[in-house]
Amino acid sequence: MEKMIDLNGKSYSVVPEVGTIQQLLEHLGLGDRILIVEKNKEILQKDYYDAPIMDRDQIEIIHFVGGG
Amino acid sequence: MLKIADKKFSSRLLLGTGKYPSFKIQKKAVEVSEAEILTFAVRRMDIFEKSQPNFLEQLDLTRYTLLPNTAGASTAEEAVHIARLAKASGLCDMVKVEIIGCSRSLLPDPVETLRASEMLLEEGFIVLPYTSDDVVLARKLCELGVHAIMPGAAPIGSGRGILNPLNLSFIIEQSNVPVIIDAGVGSPKDAAFAMELGADGVLLNTAVSEAANPVMMAEAMKLAIEAGRLGYKAGRMPVRDYGVASSPTEGLVTN
Repeated sequence: MEKMIDLNGKSYSVVPEVGTIQQLLEHLGLGDRILIVEKNKEILQKDYYDAPIMDRDQIEIIHFVGGG
Repeated sequence: MLKIADKKFSSRLLLGTGKYPSFKIQKKAVEVSEAEILTFAVRRMDIFEKSQPNFLEQLDLTRYTLLPNTAGASTAEEAVHIARLAKASGLCDMVKVEIIGCSRSLLPDPVETLRASEMLLEEGFIVLPYTSDDVVLARKLCELGVHAIMPGAAPIGSGRGILNPLNLSFIIEQSNVPVIIDAGVGSPKDAAFAMELGADGVLLNTAVSEAANPVMMAEAMKLAIEAGRLGYKAGRMPVRDYGVASSPTEGLVTN
């Protein structure tokens, strides 16, 4: 079944071959980027990127930008 | 040597990374500044637009200590959340507590800053609060055990320079941790003045990024901070009301 998630505030359809956070990052071309992932309002430590993505999960991908 | 918690730095200039005209200029400015601590903000990634290059990812991260800020937070809880996000990157354990209490002046919220600092210290962060030049608040932050105190010279991005040198000197005098003058620095004279007051460092961003020539200004700031520090250590002469001749008053060859 196709999973719909909330990704950075937008509705996003997850392709069937993407099952985990790591796979999602790679699918988005973000596999080697410096970033932080939040899943359902909880910060995911890097060791947990193999966490499965479930229908209606809320995922936030966060990074560092220029600032003072 | 600037020592924050167990970290040592030879540069006393901390540089912000916002609002540069281009990554190329920014990279050069950072290099020329010889800053070792760089501040960043934490934001949601714009993953639906074609990936923008990210400045942080262009840096040799072995050469720099990252100081993420909590800009965007208006409560202690929000600041703690942002700090936790930054730490989850695995790249940093220091945080600049920045909680704005007034959207117009961008002055920090003293109550929330104090609360957030306490919460973050409990979680084991190296905590550097950006605060106003309030002397009592600075003392209370020091008593909490923050690792450095960062009073503003003037409102963020205002470039007005040091508005209350007396307060800053009181903060410096009473502090048992490094005092880093943060925000409001406009020109090299402000940075030198901060150091002459006895500050341990200066954090600035717009003064460099918005200069007509950011790379040249980065170098000017570096030199100003070095000059100010040397001047402070050398101990300046007293200020007098009237003139005192530099040439001998004996053996005059005039009548």
